[in-house]
Amino acid sequence: MIGIQYLITSLTFLLLGFLMVLLMRWSIAYPNQPLTAAAVVSKITEAPAGYAHRLGENVKALFGYPHDFKLKETPPPKPEQGTLAEFLFTKHNMPGGVMQPSFYNQLGAMHGTIMVFLAVVPLGFAAFGNFVVPLQIGAGDMCFPRLNMASFHLFFWGGVMMLASFAIPGDGGIIEGGGPQSGWTSYPPLSILSNPAIKNTILLNLFTGQSFWLMSMVLLITSSLLGSVNFIATIVQLRAPGMTWMRMPFFVWAQLVTAFLLLLAFPPLEAAGILQLMDRVAHTSFFMPDGLVWENVPVAASMGYSGGGSPLLYQHLFWFLGHPEVYVLILPTIGAVTEIIATNARKPIWGLNTMVVSVWVLGFLSFVVWAHHMYLTGMGTKVAAFFQTTTIIISIPSVLILTALLITLWGASIRFTVPMLFATAFIPLFGIGGLTGIPLAFSAPVLYLHDTYYVIGHFHYVVAPGVITGAFGAIYHWYPKATGRKMSDFLGHVHFWPTILLMNCVFMPMFLQGMSGMHRRGYDGGAAYGELLGGVLYWHQFITVSAFFLLLAQIPFIFNFFYSAWFGEKVSTNPWHCTTLEWDTPSPPPHGNFTKPIQVYRGPYEYSVPGHPTDYFPQTEPGYDPADKFKGKH
Amino acid sequence: MINTLMGMPPAASQHAFQIDQMIEFCHWFMLILFVGWFAFYCYLLWRFRASKNPKASYYGAEGTVFKHLEFTVVLVEAVLLLGFALPLWFQRTSGFPDEKSALQVHLVAQAFGWNYHYPGADGVFGKKSMNLVSQTNPIGLDSSDPHAKDDIISQGEMAVPIGQAVVLNITSKDVIHNFAVPEFRTAKDAIPGTRIPIWFVGTREGEYTVICGQLCGKGHASMKSVVKVLSAEDFKTWQADLKTANTAAEPKAIAKQ
Repeated sequence: MIGIQYLITSLTFLLLGFLMVLLMRWSIAYPNQPLTAAAVVSKITEAPAGYAHRLGENVKALFGYPHDFKLKETPPPKPEQGTLAEFLFTKHNMPGGVMQPSFYNQLGAMHGTIMVFLAVVPLGFAAFGNFVVPLQIGAGDMCFPRLNMASFHLFFWGGVMMLASFAIPGDGGIIEGGGPQSGWTSYPPLSILSNPAIKNTILLNLFTGQSFWLMSMVLLITSSLLGSVNFIATIVQLRAPGMTWMRMPFFVWAQLVTAFLLLLAFPPLEAAGILQLMDRVAHTSFFMPDGLVWENVPVAASMGYSGGGSPLLYQHLFWFLGHPEVYVLILPTIGAVTEIIATNARKPIWGLNTMVVSVWVLGFLSFVVWAHHMYLTGMGTKVAAFFQTTTIIISIPSVLILTALLITLWGASIRFTVPMLFATAFIPLFGIGGLTGIPLAFSAPVLYLHDTYYVIGHFHYVVAPGVITGAFGAIYHWYPKATGRKMSDFLGHVHFWPTILLMNCVFMPMFLQGMSGMHRRGYDGGAAYGELLGGVLYWHQFITVSAFFLLLAQIPFIFNFFYSAWFGEKVSTNPWHCTTLEWDTPSPPPHGNFTKPIQVYRGPYEYSVPGHPTDYFPQTEPGYDPADKFKGKH
Repeated sequence: MINTLMGMPPAASQHAFQIDQMIEFCHWFMLILFVGWFAFYCYLLWRFRASKNPKASYYGAEGTVFKHLEFTVVLVEAVLLLGFALPLWFQRTSGFPDEKSALQVHLVAQAFGWNYHYPGADGVFGKKSMNLVSQTNPIGLDSSDPHAKDDIISQGEMAVPIGQAVVLNITSKDVIHNFAVPEFRTAKDAIPGTRIPIWFVGTREGEYTVICGQLCGKGHASMKSVVKVLSAEDFKTWQADLKTANTAAEPKAIAKQ
């Protein structure tokens, strides 16, 4: 049940994070223009015109590079009073519907934080993990149900606190209201000096957006820690008789590695969060260096900072979490995709042992690559050489896992069910995300590409078209188990095709923009640098319109999700003809998960076993283990 | 070719072609991998669809083709790392030109602007102290220091002579900024409390945009500056003009205090 709670909460946050970025995208594409319903409609109807022509300009650039194409300057219409946007987001943030840079920065910080910590991690790890892992290993429940509940509550209230920071009132002068404004990475000194930290007013400082962000992060990290302890204990202790390590499905392996990553990587950020909170409210100087001058006044005198701290220390602590975090996002989905592919390819996963070793190597290496996010912080030759080398090495297990999934399809009998569609889309999209990481792994190209839209495109391909696509597949795959009903196939197709197309429309142009030198985090999307970026600014409008349609494309999913829970087609306990344990119990599973004692006889993916009457050989069906019978024949 | 197709602006510094070469190489590598691999993937999906191949094989693929492919990928990556990435980075971070031949400049970033500090005729920078920072003295130059007399401060605009190596020492007064010049293929964080050197040689006369590449607050989006690459004579004139402007501003500043 807690899995379902996590699922619905995290999907809600996913939607919220998406809506925030849509707001931001309006400002990026149409800076300083009021956001009204009429404006949205007119922009969408105008959008298709002219794209072919502009694409032609890019091709022309191949032959001789004129670089003289300029964006047509249209004066922004005058802000109107009393627009809906102004009403929803207050006059301070969007006067007359025009987004202010400070509000853009708030949304930017929130979009990142919500998507990573409140949407994708709880979706992949907590939601699927809590529901599927105990079922797949034949356990009655998670090891520590109360710990699990505590974990959910910390997560939920952390999320509420995060959102509440938007509503913090400012006093119009010294204290600025609203959410945090220093990005999801929250680098000091900006994060300490923004939403001003005023001398000797500890209590007031506690009630600022940035402090709320920090406190909320502490709650969220604690929640993840409790969850990860629970997963490790469950997987180690509660496996059913006969469920040896190598008989565990790959999904469980992926979750186990994820749990270790959470356990080992998150505490440094928890510590860093508390230290930064101290810097803000108690004016310690953990991250505050000497000689800071804020608005022409030395900070030491005006705010009582002693100085002597290191802003870079925070970056190290942050990215020590930040990089394993990437794998926390990815691994559960790769696990789920593996399950879906084995099921729908009707054959064993190729090189399962290699995949298990790879996922452990991946987990281990993810701890020694963090500083590739910091190539431009004055890193010298030796340190950069180390992190470039580890970053390149980490690509090897990733490629191995994807290759194993690919080769699995050789000789398969592929059923293109809706979950399988999402899984097949996951592999190339995730591949684009991985491949575009190649230039970013090296410090020299980063001199050009650092913090450009190229980077945005890269990690969004990993997380959005990659991980979220896989997660959709997982939802369609395990939905019948959670509800006893199947989601509509028709609506699934209506969801799938536009989603995949539009995701590419949203993220592909970012590579072009990044290659032109467009940097991220500008509320105007780089319009201030028109002389350099004039040729690629128009892509912003294309992306924004695509993103809007991407939102519309999710409506069939949302409808399907709720409609099918009550009116969906009723299905048997094992509608996909799977072999793993979760399909060997009624849907939804009763209290205690199983209605009979579980004994495991064989590995997780015994599909199309020669001589067996059906093309699937469930793990619980008494009999021989094909691994013994066919030993040496392969 | 891919670089141009993707809209990379033409380079304007000496080392830029090496960076471009590497990015180009990476893109070819990515493209070949993706196209080959995606074509094979589509073939698999089509060849082994359930309606064509109703019975799956328990054993699946055999052979060592994939091992060789995997090995090739690792090999290309190793070449990229050892042949391009490491030497290039060594050159940027350890291969600084000697102090006498290079033009030394200090950069003090602030929210939301850039202050360039030239040592002037004597080639020695005057002392700076953050305690002296004020509206009129953006970098806290100590005017009692004799070396500071001929120093030149430029706000929002930098000029460098064409063909001469420039060593830029970057720091910040307040929060972290990032000095990014796409056309020079260079960027570096401006971190308060540290001073990080970079170096480059401008090879094409013109004006090049400086972008702030690190979120620094409300004015981040328009924290803009310009680097001018000038001929040696023009650079001298530029410096002289600026010195005159600096001295003209000084009495006013004293009067204000």
